[in-house]
Amino acid sequence: MLGEPKHVSSGTLANSFDRRSFIVSGLQTGVGVLLAARMVWIGVVQNDKYATLAESNRVNLTLLPPRRGAILDRNNAQLASNRVEFRIDIIPERITDTDATIAELTSLLRFDAVQTQDLRDRLDKAHGYQPIEVVAGLEPREYDRVLVRLPDMPGVVAKQGYTRSYPTGPSVAHLIGYVGPPTARDYEKEKNPLLLTPGFKLGKDGLEKFYEPLLRGEPGAQRVEVTASGKFVRDLEHRDDVPGKAIRLTIDGPLQDYASRRIGLESAAVVVIDCHTGGLLACCSMPAFDPNAFAGGIGRLQWKMLNEDDHIPLLNKAMRGLYPPGSTMKPMASLALQQHGVDPDERINCPGGYRLGNRFFRCDAVHGSVDMRRAIEVSCNTYFWAMAHRVGYDAIAPVAKLLGLGQEFDLPGTAQRYGTVPDAAWKMRRYKQQWSAADSLNASIGQGYVSVSPLQLAVMTARIASGKNLQPSLIYGHEKPPGPPLPFTPEQLAVTHDGMFRVVNGNGTGGGSRIDIGGIKMAGKTGTAQVRALVTRGHFGDWKSRDHALFVCYAPADAPRYAMAVVVEHGTFGARAAAPIAKDVMTFLFDPDAALARLHELEKAWGGTPVQRMASKYRSFVSQYGTSAPKVGDEETVKETIKKADNPEPPPEAQSAPATTPPEEPQGAQGPVSSPGTAPVAASSAAAAPPVPATGTPQ
Amino acid sequence: MTRRIIPEAIAREPWSLLLPLLALNTFGAAVLYSAAGSSLQPWALMHEARFFVFLTMAFIISRFPRDWFKQAAYPIYGGVLILLFIVEATGKISGGSQRWINLGFMQLQPSELMKPAMVLALARFYDALPPGMTRNWRALLSAGALVGVPALLVMAQPDLGTGLAICAGAAVVLFLAGLPTLWFVAAGSALTVMVPVAYTFLLKPYQQGRVTIFLDPESDPLGKGYHITQSKIAIGSGGFWGKGFGNGSQSHLEYLPEAHTDFAFATMAEEWGILGGIFVLAVFLWVYRWGFRVARQAPDRFSSLLAGGATFTIFFYMAINMLMVMGLAPVVGIPLPWISYGGSALMTNMICIGVLMAVHRWNRRSGSLLS
Repeated sequence: MLGEPKHVSSGTLANSFDRRSFIVSGLQTGVGVLLAARMVWIGVVQNDKYATLAESNRVNLTLLPPRRGAILDRNNAQLASNRVEFRIDIIPERITDTDATIAELTSLLRFDAVQTQDLRDRLDKAHGYQPIEVVAGLEPREYDRVLVRLPDMPGVVAKQGYTRSYPTGPSVAHLIGYVGPPTARDYEKEKNPLLLTPGFKLGKDGLEKFYEPLLRGEPGAQRVEVTASGKFVRDLEHRDDVPGKAIRLTIDGPLQDYASRRIGLESAAVVVIDCHTGGLLACCSMPAFDPNAFAGGIGRLQWKMLNEDDHIPLLNKAMRGLYPPGSTMKPMASLALQQHGVDPDERINCPGGYRLGNRFFRCDAVHGSVDMRRAIEVSCNTYFWAMAHRVGYDAIAPVAKLLGLGQEFDLPGTAQRYGTVPDAAWKMRRYKQQWSAADSLNASIGQGYVSVSPLQLAVMTARIASGKNLQPSLIYGHEKPPGPPLPFTPEQLAVTHDGMFRVVNGNGTGGGSRIDIGGIKMAGKTGTAQVRALVTRGHFGDWKSRDHALFVCYAPADAPRYAMAVVVEHGTFGARAAAPIAKDVMTFLFDPDAALARLHELEKAWGGTPVQRMASKYRSFVSQYGTSAPKVGDEETVKETIKKADNPEPPPEAQSAPATTPPEEPQGAQGPVSSPGTAPVAASSAAAAPPVPATGTPQ
Repeated sequence: MTRRIIPEAIAREPWSLLLPLLALNTFGAAVLYSAAGSSLQPWALMHEARFFVFLTMAFIISRFPRDWFKQAAYPIYGGVLILLFIVEATGKISGGSQRWINLGFMQLQPSELMKPAMVLALARFYDALPPGMTRNWRALLSAGALVGVPALLVMAQPDLGTGLAICAGAAVVLFLAGLPTLWFVAAGSALTVMVPVAYTFLLKPYQQGRVTIFLDPESDPLGKGYHITQSKIAIGSGGFWGKGFGNGSQSHLEYLPEAHTDFAFATMAEEWGILGGIFVLAVFLWVYRWGFRVARQAPDRFSSLLAGGATFTIFFYMAINMLMVMGLAPVVGIPLPWISYGGSALMTNMICIGVLMAVHRWNRRSGSLLS
């Protein structure tokens, strides 16, 4: 610098060297001190922090999803169980190259275009650490193939675990519900890390959802040492899971499966109730979805298939489908009439219809002179119109309610709709209109504003059959005690029983469904409920405007054990569509081999079991639509769509729609006749969202 | 007396330098043994073997007379510069940035050789320069050319770390040669201004990332900050006493990248703690003390500049590497001599040791002449 000598000699340079070498040495020592201080800072002062970090690097805590509690039938057969499976998941947050990972996985797993598309859809919907199922139920060989490549695919998790399995698939879909991977919203609600564990599923619907806390169990945990690339080094600690508790249902598994399969290609519901306890033995709604296929998320084509099916596979028709009960109301009406002093032996002449004021309500046949038993047997509307007019509709509606129609039952885990048993107050409230005599006539034969669910029909039948105020139940061992005794004398019940016996075993409308298994006979009542959909959803043609077919029955006729209700949507006549199903299902209860033989024969013509039919339909969808199907929305959209299938009450304007022809039962039919006097009535069909007016339908 | 027991030729050697170095290198071999999962292969044995090969080389270097060093200075510098050109050319041809020539038992990086060659050439240059010219800017031009050509070549490879090391070594020789302090202050100021400019225009994106990430490694703990974060975790979790030999989870479970090369110090510190770190630091500081003492005792300008430059070259390796693994400097590919596995760096440092031993010999001879 300025102070440095102007003249430079080797001596001054040597001096300068000495001076400066000390400066450089000092610099070096300074750096050394700095490094030592830094080491102490990191290693001593911040030791705790870094020790924790090193430990969290080294140790990987994995939750092991607990085995879900089984759902058992009354004989401890498994309706929902757990199956060991190999599965592959993706944790989107940890993925580095999504496209490369998908390409690698799809080639390893030999996915086709549709499967790849569905995987991409699931990934698109994913958030953060929420695991996405790639595939479940892998063959060990395929699993190994992925396992080997795992180190090159960060974010991909291969695991062996338990998965929910429904051995009878669609047969229990609506009864039990299904499980699925938790959504971001589920996690928001619970903040439970278990929900982020690959392979964990929670109940999404039905019993699976309602009994989630009971079924879930406690997760196990595993502390393992892992390398930076996630490779397993060794087990440090292992805690087993605590399996969820099993639920035992009153359901008879084989019966449930049989009844569901027996429905075949129809859109129908079958409910069977134990006449001793009120326990539900079967509660079927078909067609249904396969809950096994729902577990990993719904694919586009699956969704398209379910959505476009006019049989509404997503709707539980047994509990949420509402139908006009039609003539299946008559046994109930006969009890109401007797209660109000009508002598069952009094005869009414049926000239083929009933005149009310200046209007003529047409019966479907000229039944001549009928008493109460005969009126049930041949389903004579004239008799019930005349008698209802005499005692007043207000005498009938309370009995309908007493026997379960229009009622909601205490069945945890189910979603029921209770429909309508109309009366004057209801009509005023709902439509701001006076109750008319015509309304009474319609309601007394189960048409007009009346709408009930198959479950209610089954309860009604069970109560009539047993004479007890049975309460339906679903959990085995928790059957509910009967309610207050029904106000009917055994003699009154006997008249109704006799009428129902003759429906099947006499000269009645249900003759085709007669059974005789070692002296066991069945009693029942057919019903045909008119549906005339003015506005059909889509372009389904004729099917939607056909009548609903109903049949209620119990057996053995002399000592009722089982009561059943069958509703076939748009099945035309009760005797033709519903009674044969009831007959076979009832046969199954007393002679399973014979019933199964018949089912196998039928299924040959139908193209296999429901699972097989769904599989072949899916294949045809794959070849028809490939990857062109639209995307499935998120879970909320899916729920919304299901809710839409669940139609609301018809809007009031539907009520003014004109009435039309009542259809006929095949027996004694006179062909369609116009009935000018029939009051406009409405019936809400389960499937059809739009207004569905119907007229009184005798049978 | 000891001279009677131990032969003069052996007792004369600078054991106070060589024994600590042997201990340091053996310690490094132990670290590599652990990093390989308690195995001599593939690193530990080779590491120790190379040390003895290069020690032999250092002994040979130390035997050359001072005049030979002076005469060979420019030819050596020129030879290494040609090697650099060759590497640069072949690298261009093969399409990648190849920095080495394969010698069979090791891969030689000419840029490594350039560090001692540069010190040698500059020492020769300022030895020959008349003292009066030392502070003349025209002399600086020649020196600048000596430094600039190879430095730019190396940086173009691109090997920023080695390029900086060459420049730093050269700067210290110039400083020790007695150039005006004002120049260094001015150069330092210019550099401070230049750094952001160079950062923006000269550095490749991956180099930029390395520079910025060290300022805030947690901003991208799984990406560019991963090296530094994991290295700090290794050192920090080791604590004062370390986790014990063979127990380092960071290195064994592969969380620590480059655990046997650039980040070998972190591997060591995790298992040996600060205790091990202090030992390493102490040996290095001892080597520098020894080096500068030799430099100050050197009989002439050439020898003292040579020894000073060689010492600083060793220091630069250690300083940058240790600052890096402790998160005080950007991640540059500079290993820690005698600890990290790698032939080129060890060779460079052992050449420097050989040079120091040579100057030490010249001191003794001139010293004996004086006495």
